[in-house]
Amino acid sequence: MLRDRDRIFTNLYGFHDWRLKGAQARGDWSGTRELLAKGRDWVIEEMKSSGLRGRGGAGFPTGVKWSFMPKVEGERPHYLVINADEGEPGTCKDRDIIRHEPHKLVEGALIAGFAIGARVGYIYIRGEFVAEAQNLQAAIDEARAAGLIGPNACGSGWPFELYVHRGAGAYICGEESALIESLEGKKGQPRLKPPFPAGVGLYGCPTTVNNVESIAVAPTILRRGGAWFAALGRPKNSGTKVFCISGHVNNPCNVEEEMGIPLRELIETHAGGVRGGWDNLLAVIPGGSSVPVLTKDICDTVLMDFDSLRDVRSGLGTAAVIVMDKSTDIVRAIARLSKFYAHESCGQCTPCREGTGWLARIMARMVTGDAEPHEIERLDQLTRQIEGHTICALGDAAAWPIQGLIRAFRPELERRIAERQSRGRAA
Amino acid sequence: MPKLTIDGREIDVEPGTTILQAADRLGIEIPRFCYHERLAIAGNCRMCLVEVEKVPKPVASCAMPVADGMVVQTNTPVVRKARQGVMEFLLVNHPLDCPICDQGGECDLQDQAMAYGSDRSRYEETKRAQPDKDYGPLIATHMTRCIQCTRCIRFAAEIAGTPVLGGLGRGEHLEVTRYVGETVSSELSGNLIDLCPVGALTNKPASFRYRSWELRRTETVDAMDGLGAAIRVDSRGNEVIRVLPRINEDINEEWLGDRSRFACDGLKRQRLDRPYVRKDGKLTPATWPEAFAAIAARLTGLEGSAIAAIAGDQADAETMAATKDLLAALGSLHLDCRQDGAALDPTVRASYLFNSTIAGIEQADALLLIGTNPRIEAPVLNARLRKRWLEHGLAAAAIGPKADLTFAHDWLGDSPALLTELAEGRHPFLATLKAAKHPALIIGQGALARDDGAVLLGLARRIAESAGMVREDWNGFNVLHTAAARVGGLDLGFVPGPGGRDTKAIIAGAASGAVKVLFLLGADEIEMGALGDAFVVYLGSHGDAGAHRADVILPGAAYTEKDATYVNTEGRVQRTRRAVFPPGEAKEDWRVIRALSEVLGHTVPFDSLDQIRARLTNLNPLFGHPGSLERALWEPFGRPGATDDRPLASILDSYYMTDPISRASTTMAACVAAFGGGCNHHKAGHHA
Amino acid sequence: MSDSPAEPAAFAFTAESAEQARAFIARYPIGRQQSAVMPLLDLAQRQEGWVSRAAIEAIADMLGMAPIQVEEVATFYTMYNRRPVGRFHVQICTNLPCMLRGSDAVLDSVRETLGIGIGETTADGLFTLSEAECLGACVNAPVIQINDDYYEDLDAASTRAVLEALGRGETPKTGSQTGRQTSCPAGGPTTLTSPAAATERA
Repeated sequence: MLRDRDRIFTNLYGFHDWRLKGAQARGDWSGTRELLAKGRDWVIEEMKSSGLRGRGGAGFPTGVKWSFMPKVEGERPHYLVINADEGEPGTCKDRDIIRHEPHKLVEGALIAGFAIGARVGYIYIRGEFVAEAQNLQAAIDEARAAGLIGPNACGSGWPFELYVHRGAGAYICGEESALIESLEGKKGQPRLKPPFPAGVGLYGCPTTVNNVESIAVAPTILRRGGAWFAALGRPKNSGTKVFCISGHVNNPCNVEEEMGIPLRELIETHAGGVRGGWDNLLAVIPGGSSVPVLTKDICDTVLMDFDSLRDVRSGLGTAAVIVMDKSTDIVRAIARLSKFYAHESCGQCTPCREGTGWLARIMARMVTGDAEPHEIERLDQLTRQIEGHTICALGDAAAWPIQGLIRAFRPELERRIAERQSRGRAA
Repeated sequence: MPKLTIDGREIDVEPGTTILQAADRLGIEIPRFCYHERLAIAGNCRMCLVEVEKVPKPVASCAMPVADGMVVQTNTPVVRKARQGVMEFLLVNHPLDCPICDQGGECDLQDQAMAYGSDRSRYEETKRAQPDKDYGPLIATHMTRCIQCTRCIRFAAEIAGTPVLGGLGRGEHLEVTRYVGETVSSELSGNLIDLCPVGALTNKPASFRYRSWELRRTETVDAMDGLGAAIRVDSRGNEVIRVLPRINEDINEEWLGDRSRFACDGLKRQRLDRPYVRKDGKLTPATWPEAFAAIAARLTGLEGSAIAAIAGDQADAETMAATKDLLAALGSLHLDCRQDGAALDPTVRASYLFNSTIAGIEQADALLLIGTNPRIEAPVLNARLRKRWLEHGLAAAAIGPKADLTFAHDWLGDSPALLTELAEGRHPFLATLKAAKHPALIIGQGALARDDGAVLLGLARRIAESAGMVREDWNGFNVLHTAAARVGGLDLGFVPGPGGRDTKAIIAGAASGAVKVLFLLGADEIEMGALGDAFVVYLGSHGDAGAHRADVILPGAAYTEKDATYVNTEGRVQRTRRAVFPPGEAKEDWRVIRALSEVLGHTVPFDSLDQIRARLTNLNPLFGHPGSLERALWEPFGRPGATDDRPLASILDSYYMTDPISRASTTMAACVAAFGGGCNHHKAGHHA
Repeated sequence: MSDSPAEPAAFAFTAESAEQARAFIARYPIGRQQSAVMPLLDLAQRQEGWVSRAAIEAIADMLGMAPIQVEEVATFYTMYNRRPVGRFHVQICTNLPCMLRGSDAVLDSVRETLGIGIGETTADGLFTLSEAECLGACVNAPVIQINDDYYEDLDAASTRAVLEALGRGETPKTGSQTGRQTSCPAGGPTTLTSPAAATERA
């Protein structure tokens, strides 16, 4: 278990004052000017050496991403965009950071902006987070009034302005290029890549898009050193991570833990264990709705990091652990996710636009068994017709939970169809 | 230059080329629905997926720039499977009503379904239906067929500059529609039909009137405005069913204005299908010999000076040449092809041409518009101006009508005095023109068809010269014609001979009785009430103003009914081809003149098309080089003098009805009812 | 998009909203005012309760956009109401984490308490019920959002209590309805339990 002194988010639950004074008492904004004085290259190298991989789901190394930005600002200004459009089912970590640790985010934004040469940053926060956006705005206002950001941020000579942009209900805007489109005042439809945002992003300018958590941990990493962060967790899977544990546990919660913590330990130490005990566990979705479901036998031993979960054909995603005990209607559970993806498809690419609805309708019939046995195969085929064939990963995200269901629970699907058909014959 | 390999074949291409474009160049076909080479890349249909070595997922070839050493496969099992998958998804919510769909037989989806579709559907859920939309009198919608490729949305926003279409909602509920309360009234809206890869948007006037494979296709040239767009006339029997654009990069790219496309029903209405002779004040059907005899009788004993001819806006060069020769034989020098009285100077070709060329105007980086609204006078040209502005910027200003031109420009005012200021270097926009690499001006007929037209033309010349528009490598002085006939008429000298009367003097002579016989070659836009007692011979296709005034009507052929020569606004000699025969007893116009000349005892010396064309070349060698352009010599033109106070305006006040054909068109009448004159666009946002 | 609501003939921001709108526009670079379309739509909705066509056109005009482009945005994002809703817009999350924690019962409770189904508005115009996708408060599931506020850790009884309190004009406590501290495990934190932990410096 992570030692308390290695925890970054010491006010995760909001027991303490989230405002500037409280934040400073917890160490935020301490020596920021000195950090900036070490220069852009130092910041990026330190972030690289920390091994921090993006906390938004894809796990791309943050320091490397920052290094993709042009070294010198040309005619086009650089932009920092922070993705606070948290909406992956199971995920609610950024919400806590924003409402209880907003100064970590604001300070991190300044540092990231400095590192990538951006004088302006936008935080794109999901529209439903009204109270959270208010806290964030208050923190920005406090920081600006205190000279921590603004024309001469922390007295560093670097100008930095930070603005909040509220979303309005579209999961797809969590995809970085859709988020940029949305920020430009359009529908949140993902862009074709290339070009990538570091070349052509917001307003056609070089842009870095980072998740809230990736940005919010940056100041602590720089203060304590990349080596400190890298020493936590496992190689290439370093540091701490805020996990969200929801579903059939005794005490659902968010908690900051070390990367690579065993799933079982995570659940039992912090969430009070699986409802009815570990043996009552049916399955876990370990990284938010988009990653394939794990059966109990895998859950017994799997470690919670990018590579361990990839090795079991799932993913860490947003580290949102959705726990399902044996009372769960697993078909209905996955069908609900299918409905979600059909609802959230932006409608741009043919396979996703036409396929997600089709999947959802078949899945709805699978819940009641109102299907033919061969449709299980068809379902699998359809997911593969969508997967990898769309502009963004929403198509993949819609495909994987169903593939995971078929892989792990095919007998249950078959049982329902058979049961329904025998009832039909009886009637 | 990156070199890549596609299906084992190597090709060098410009950096920035996409895989699909490179494949096109190799003749390797990659299916596509959303991609269109003239629209922004959307990459949404996913039909063009290919495999690229070392890339784990199939790649949308329309959107992927090539890289050196790239190895692409377009026809692997993975690719075929991906396309089959996309095709299945496209078809699940497509109605499969091909037997009753006008797009049937020329439908991209239908064609690709033959290659990638399955013979049965695996979709067992309820299909989606979408309500049809009201896109006005030109475009029929069947939105359930829509495959959301967004070509129409992009065309309206990008090319036409009228962003009234959009995709509402999201996911499978994404619905392509127009903004409620806005009309789809771009003068280029018909192109949406061509762009739609399925039968969601179809030709409304021609709805359910044809199957594409029944139509005979004739490649010809448009004569509904001064550009001479390349068109294809589709006919069945002797009826023109529809008109479509052909690609001509020099003129219309692949677009066509709505009047050129949709006025074709006017080819069947109000037609003059037999000769008429006025007897006791009433036009009475007659035979050809009777009509010719009536003319011969009236001409008997007349001096040449009592005879005159005016050519209208769609008169072809052959007919004008024949008429010119006939009048000469009759001793008349009174002829004019400028029925609007425009002060065009036939002696200096550069003074009446669009010298930069139509395609060349895209090089212009600064532009002055004088007395013109190119959006209604030549919408396809206007689309080029917009394209230039969008892609590279254009410092444009207008003196004349205040209009939404779909590109940003400064409206300097409509006073002719502004031209004097510019010519004398007293107006700041002159500095903008001078600073430009390729400064240009476009002067419209609205500035020339006025009493001070020659003065304004002279001022325009001075502006062009002082702004550096006329150089060895560039001539930015441009006259925009709205009449297909005009440049040809000037080129062959259908203008008054020495001491002869021009249009204004002919009309005055008719009023005074000095002109006793007046030939009108499809000239319908002159003041018919001012012709006094003149004996009017009308040779033309439609029962329009000229025919109503006529004493003898000789039925002629419309531009779709003859092999005829026109010269477009940039001076390009082009030839139409006969798609259908003229109705009833109507004949190709020059043959009518030829026949009449024989009756009059002054037989013009040509019996065949080759002979009359030889005569054209003889009048002006340019006619011997169809299709090509020759730079015109720059010599002084225009005259000094004072300008009027009358504000500068466009020659046209309506886009839809400008000539006998479009005035006879019920479709054009419906457009006027629905859209007004054109450019009635209010809410399309700012072109800033 | 069945029966359309009665569209008002005109829309204008109040002086206060117009001031806010200007502040929103100022957050984006000059010439990029289109970025403000989302905040302006939200502002219009806060003023009128929904986004009417007149509001779309007014915003389009302010931002130099075509109305269809504003309408695209207004119909893409689910938070913009394209028809009037009740004074309390009850949005219940039924996504998986909420489903696992009993959102079925919570939905039943809403239906029973208000006598309406999803997509319906009570006769008194007080409540409109909508089904929401994940609201991003999954460790406090089940969750309902009512206007700007989250009500968390709900069950049938607490759901009824919240709705009834609103109906009476009261202001029920937002957040967890079981009394726990935000996303902290029920029964107290498992981390940072030492008094010094919270103030320990990095």
